[in-house]
Amino acid sequence: MSERRRADDPGFELVQHEIPGSLHRFDVDRRDLLKILGGGVLVCLCVPSSLAQETGRASAAREPPKELAAWLHIADDGRVTVYTGKVEVGQNIRTSLAQQVAEELRVSLADVRMVMGDTDLVPWDMGTFGSRTTPMMGRELRSVAATARELLVDMAAEKWKTSRAGLLAQAGKVSDPATRRTLTYGELTRGRKLVKVVGENPALTPAKDWKIAGTPAPKADGRDFVTGGHRYTSDLLRPGIMHGKVLRPPVFDATLVSLDSKRAEAIPGVRLVRDGDFVGVAAADPWSAERAVEALEAKWTEPASPVSNANLFADLKKKVEEGGRGLRHVAGSLEQGLASADVKLERTYSVEYIAHAPLEPRAAVAEWSGGRLTVWTGTQRPFDTRDRLAETFRLPPEKVRVIVPDTGSAYGGKHAPDAAIEAARLAKTAGRPVKLVWTREEEFTWAYFRPAGVIEVVSGARRDGGIVAWEFHNYNSGPAAIRTPYEIANQTIQFHPVRSPLRQGSYRGLAAVANHFARESHMDELALAVGMDPLQFRLKNLSDPRLRAVFEAAAERFGWGKPAAPGRGHGIAGGIEKGGYVATCAEVEIANGRRVRIRRVVEAFDCGAVVNPDGLRNQIEGAIVQGIGGALFEVVRFEKGRIVNPRFSQYRVPRFPDVPEIDVVVLDRKGEPSAGAGETPIVGLAPAVAGAIFAATGLRLRALPLVPEGLPAGTRVSPAPSGR
Amino acid sequence: MAKLVLTVNGTKRSVEVSAEETLLSLLRDRFDLTGTKYGCGEGRCGACMVLLDGRASRSCQMPVSKAVGKSIVTIEGLARNGRLHPVQAAFLEEEAFQCGFCTPGMIVAAVSLLEKNEHAGDEQIASALAANVCRCGTYPRILSAVRKAAQAMGKAAAG
Repeated sequence: MSERRRADDPGFELVQHEIPGSLHRFDVDRRDLLKILGGGVLVCLCVPSSLAQETGRASAAREPPKELAAWLHIADDGRVTVYTGKVEVGQNIRTSLAQQVAEELRVSLADVRMVMGDTDLVPWDMGTFGSRTTPMMGRELRSVAATARELLVDMAAEKWKTSRAGLLAQAGKVSDPATRRTLTYGELTRGRKLVKVVGENPALTPAKDWKIAGTPAPKADGRDFVTGGHRYTSDLLRPGIMHGKVLRPPVFDATLVSLDSKRAEAIPGVRLVRDGDFVGVAAADPWSAERAVEALEAKWTEPASPVSNANLFADLKKKVEEGGRGLRHVAGSLEQGLASADVKLERTYSVEYIAHAPLEPRAAVAEWSGGRLTVWTGTQRPFDTRDRLAETFRLPPEKVRVIVPDTGSAYGGKHAPDAAIEAARLAKTAGRPVKLVWTREEEFTWAYFRPAGVIEVVSGARRDGGIVAWEFHNYNSGPAAIRTPYEIANQTIQFHPVRSPLRQGSYRGLAAVANHFARESHMDELALAVGMDPLQFRLKNLSDPRLRAVFEAAAERFGWGKPAAPGRGHGIAGGIEKGGYVATCAEVEIANGRRVRIRRVVEAFDCGAVVNPDGLRNQIEGAIVQGIGGALFEVVRFEKGRIVNPRFSQYRVPRFPDVPEIDVVVLDRKGEPSAGAGETPIVGLAPAVAGAIFAATGLRLRALPLVPEGLPAGTRVSPAPSGR
Repeated sequence: MAKLVLTVNGTKRSVEVSAEETLLSLLRDRFDLTGTKYGCGEGRCGACMVLLDGRASRSCQMPVSKAVGKSIVTIEGLARNGRLHPVQAAFLEEEAFQCGFCTPGMIVAAVSLLEKNEHAGDEQIASALAANVCRCGTYPRILSAVRKAAQAMGKAAAG
């Protein structure tokens, strides 16, 4: 067995979270680049060590701090402030993290306030992605709160000159049942800094004893979201603010040849910024900024890209990067496995590029003051954005502050710092704060996409349904969830990185959607080939008890095995990813012989001990609905490198009429650690729907999206026998 | 530039703007009523919905001049004396949001529907809100919230 790098190695996965390529090359970059290349070596920008070693909050350290005070403060009125680099983008962690702190600290949820994603105030954090918040930050903050709780007990014991053994911490107080004395946390700390090192393994409250965690606490600041009171980045104002707009080239990586800005600069109050290939304006209001950019006359040279949707998959296969970056997993002997198989299959699956299309487009407000730069922006990586700003503007990171207001969604789409850099560049010249809000068209064109990919599967099974060989190659889409959860002695699994023709990056679940689509679709094909029911075939090859349990739970609630009504079909799929176990059943109806309507979805999900049951259901329902888009119709259309459907009128997203009846079964496992839930609930939908379409029509669709234009004319609709 | 008088959330406000400027831009950038959102600029996502004489209208493509003489109500104008509109209250109770960016437009669209017809059924609700996008996919909860608001408003009207 050889395994160069594990799929669940966070360092490996980070590769997919890094967005390659920068949107802009400022002149200053080129001058420096010449210097660097002149020496023949690539040098990174180094921060003076005196700055890097500043301790406490806002340090440039890349490790979570051990000092309690960096994470948590208790004011003299007992109110608790918690500092975390994670950001709220709709996944409800402002609430779920506060619940975990309140639980361990024994205070009411209302007394906990979360300061999130403000690089001057919170400890360094890599970013909010990879379903890490609950398992890692949640655990970290529970340890922090438990350490604080024990410190408060120590402080009370010292004050009362008594043993700590009999003292109780509860309801924001330490009490001594023997003497009936009590001291509130505020009285104990009197607002002073809590000095203690966060324990390695403090005693954490087991989930079965939770009273605040584990309950459906409502969203923090929920009222602000129904009154329009919450201020997203795009809603912020600063004194003297100007509004920015960037001139976009015709295609990615185009070079500016000439620019005539006379007409634009004649508009009152417009300030033009040209730096390398970057051209933008700042103006008194967005209206003038827009008019000014329209008035710019620019000539560009465009790099020729021969790639369009039509030749995308051939291109991906052609551009495979050689070398060690791809993950490879080998077990047993594929040849021997195939030789012992009664049934062999060889199939190719594909997924197109799709867009995150967060409803709040990328936005940033940048302000320079006294040599310091402050940027408010909706990013999933505040510290990375800070570092990228520091690099771009040649500042030590301590001179840059990034603040992330709770953001209008991201889904993995807000990793790149582009809007922040653009706003800061405009503000630098304008000498005033600048707000930049991308248009929907910019968002669809200049962000980055969920990677497209080709997946080839070769498999072999015995007549009795045991799988004996499994070969799986993923080109470009990514290694997340590439390994099979089924018991197969002989397997070769490999991810092949590719130079993508379009800018691509992270997406909800990363490649787990594509890999599950291919794997679970192929499981259906194998089941058919050996004449077994899709569920029975899976269970026959599966030993993981938690995955078996979600399959069984979903199947039972759905009524798997009962015949579908005429014109309808049933499908099932599931898997394991990022500590979550999911199984999805779908029922589709074929309307007018062409249109696929998903009528019913049942999903069973297990992510260990549930922190907020209602928030969890919300995430699962949302993932199913978002999954419908990628499964049925979402696709980025492009011609020779140019995006041709950058609007909601051209890029279809799920809407009310697309939404099926959704039934969620949560398996709350109090004895298992809590895993993240923002991503994995999306992975089963597409293969379950593909299986259901096959059951209804006999048509096996192996490309996502499945039916962007509806089913092919002439598709026969008939109720297939169960399991077909 | 033209001097226009507009009625926003019950208050008359005069403003000097280009008559082609959009109502959305006017509300957000000149009146700082930022609850109404930009989502697409082509009237295809509903984030920019406001009530014009009680009708849900997309403000992102509407020239300011078209709103003159009409009652403009934004999400900020729905609560009365700190009491949430039944639709707002129902969204809060049903947790019918994740990131919340579509919420003002959804609420405005639902208010427009229910103020005219508090007996609207699921089909009518879904079709009235079909122009609104919730990218987080909270549609099932939004449907529950609007149903709940309809009941509350029906009761209030009957009582």
